[in-house]
Amino acid sequence: MAWAIGANDVANAMGTSVGSGALTIRGAIIVAAVLEFGGAFLAGGHVTNTVRKGMLDMNLVTEEAILYGMLAALASAATLLLAATRFGLPVSTTHSIVGAIVGFGAIAIGPDAVNWAKVGQIVLSWLTSPLLSGVLAFAIFNLTRRAVLDRPDPMTEVRRVGPFFFFYVFFIMGLVTLFKGLKNLKLDLDLPEALGGSVVLGLVGMAFGYFVLRRVDAGEEVEGNRFGQVERVFVVLQILTACAVAFAHGSNDVANSIGPLAAVVSVVEGGGVAAKAPVEPWMLAVGGLGIVLGLGTWGYRVMETVGKKITELTPSRGFSAELAAATTIVLASRMGIPISTTHTLVGAVLGVGMARGIAAIDLRVVGSIVASWVATLPIAAALAIFFFYFFKGLLS
Amino acid sequence: MAWIDKLVGRSPIEPMQEHMKAAVACAEQIPELVAAMSIGDLEAIARVRAKIDEREHEADGIKNEIRNHLPRRFMLAIERRDLLEVLESQDSIADVAQDIAELADQRGMVLPENLREPVEALASRVVAACKLAESIINELDELLETGFAGRESSRVEGMIADLGRLETETDELQDRCCRVLFGMEDELGVATVYWHRLVLWIATIADHAERVGNRLRLLIAH
Repeated sequence: MAWAIGANDVANAMGTSVGSGALTIRGAIIVAAVLEFGGAFLAGGHVTNTVRKGMLDMNLVTEEAILYGMLAALASAATLLLAATRFGLPVSTTHSIVGAIVGFGAIAIGPDAVNWAKVGQIVLSWLTSPLLSGVLAFAIFNLTRRAVLDRPDPMTEVRRVGPFFFFYVFFIMGLVTLFKGLKNLKLDLDLPEALGGSVVLGLVGMAFGYFVLRRVDAGEEVEGNRFGQVERVFVVLQILTACAVAFAHGSNDVANSIGPLAAVVSVVEGGGVAAKAPVEPWMLAVGGLGIVLGLGTWGYRVMETVGKKITELTPSRGFSAELAAATTIVLASRMGIPISTTHTLVGAVLGVGMARGIAAIDLRVVGSIVASWVATLPIAAALAIFFFYFFKGLLS
Repeated sequence: MAWIDKLVGRSPIEPMQEHMKAAVACAEQIPELVAAMSIGDLEAIARVRAKIDEREHEADGIKNEIRNHLPRRFMLAIERRDLLEVLESQDSIADVAQDIAELADQRGMVLPENLREPVEALASRVVAACKLAESIINELDELLETGFAGRESSRVEGMIADLGRLETETDELQDRCCRVLFGMEDELGVATVYWHRLVLWIATIADHAERVGNRLRLLIAH
C-alpha cells in the first residue's frame, strides 16, 4: 500500500518542478524520498491514529473484525490504486482508505460502529481543504504579484522577499513536527517550546534561503521577455515549496498504509482493540520506507512522462499553488484529518486562476477529478466488504 | 500528475501573438504595393498580392486554431468574448490588406504622380500603427505574468494611448490624399472612385489596429 502511494502520488509534489526544468528526475526522486520519509516519520502520527481508531467505535469492534477488516481495507485501497494508476485516473489514496474502513465497519459490524462524527469531519474537509488552499493560493499569488512582479525592479525584490518564504516554510514544518509530534521520540514539547524551536528553524531556513537566492544565476535578460529572469529565481522558491508539499504529503498519507497496519499489529500482539498503544516509530519508518520504495521503482516512470511535458504553470504560479497546498495539508495533518493532496492542489490551481494568474483552466477536468473522488468511496467500500468476507472465509 | 497538465489548458496568448504577427505582415506589404503601383509594374503588384494572400491564409489558420482551443469549459484569465473581439480586429487587418492588393491587381492600377507622396506617407503611417499594435499584443504574456494589474497594465495603457494618436495622424493623411485625389477628378474620371476606395481601405487598416488596442483596454479592465 505504501509502495502504491509512493508510486502514485509522488508526481503531485514534484511534477511541476520537473516539468518546469527546475529539477532533474533523479534530483526530484532523491529530494522527494528524503522529505516524504521525513514527513511520514516526524509528523505522521496524528493522522495515523485517526485512521487506526478514530473512524470506528472501538468498543463495538471485535478483535477478529479489526484483523480482517483492516486487511480488507488495505487490500481494497491497494487494488483501487493500482487499477486507477493503470487507467491514469487521479484517485485519492486517502479517499479509498476512508471509504474502505467505513464500508467494512458499517456492513461487517454495523452502522453503529462507525464514528459518523469523525467521518463527517473528514467528509467536510473534502470541501474545506480545496477551499482553504484555493483562498491561500489566491492570497499568496497576489502577494507575490504586489511584492515582486509589480515592482520597478522585480529581481531585487524577489531576492529580498524570498528568504521570508523560506522562513515560513521551515517554521511551519518545524511547528507541525515539534508541537506534540515527537511523542515517539520522547520529545514532547509544549507550545512555547515548539514555537521557539520553530522560529529558530525558520531563521536557519531564512539564512539558507538568503544565501541560495543571492547565488542563483538568472542568466541574461532576453528581449521581449521581461520576467524571464525573475521566473528563474522563482524556480528556487518552487523547489522549496515542492519539498514542503512532499513533506506534508508524507505526514498525511503515511497514515493510509500504516493506520490499518498499526491496528492489526496491536491486535496480534494481544494489545486488544481499543489499546492506547501509540503508533510506534518503527511503523512510521516502515511506511516512509514503503513510500520511498514506490518512488524509486515506479515513481521514476511517472516522473519521466511528467518531465517531458512542457507545463503552462510557470515557477511563480507553481510556487503559489504549492505553498498554499502544503500549508493546508500540514494543518490538516496536525489536526489528525486525512485529506487528499490532489484535492488541495486542484483547489490551489483554481485559486491562482481566480487571481488571473493562469491563462486557461479546464473546468471539465476539475469536474472529472471531483467525480472520480466521489465514485472512489462506494467502490472502495464495496471492495472492502468483499475482501472482508474473503479474508474471514480464508483465515477462520 | 498527468491531471495537472490536463487541468491547466494551453494558453491562447502565444497563438494570439502569432496571429497578430501574420496579420501585420500583410499590412507591411502595403508600402511595397504602393511602390509597385507608382512605377506601374503589374507583375510586381501580382507578386505582392501573392505574398499577402499567403500570410492572410496563415493568419486564418491560426485564427481557427485559437477558436477551437477556447471551449466554454475553460476558465480563462482573459474574458473569452474580449479575446475573440481582439482576434476579430487583428484578423481585419489581414483581410483589408488583402482587399487592397486584390483591387490593385485586378484593375492593374498605376498610381498618378501627384498622389504618390501623400499615399506613401499614409501607407507608412498605417504600418507604424500596425507595428505598435503588434508590440501591444506582445505585452500580453507580461500582462498575464503580473495578473493584469499594476505597473505593467499602466505601461500598456500608455502604449494604447500612443496608438490612438497615431491613428489620428493617419486620419489627417487620409484627408490630404482625398483632397489631392478629388482635385484630379477631371483627368482621372472613373478611376477616382477606385483610388478613393483604395485610400479609404489603407486608412481603415489603422482603424483596425487602433481597435485591437481599445479592445485590449477592456480586457485589462475586466
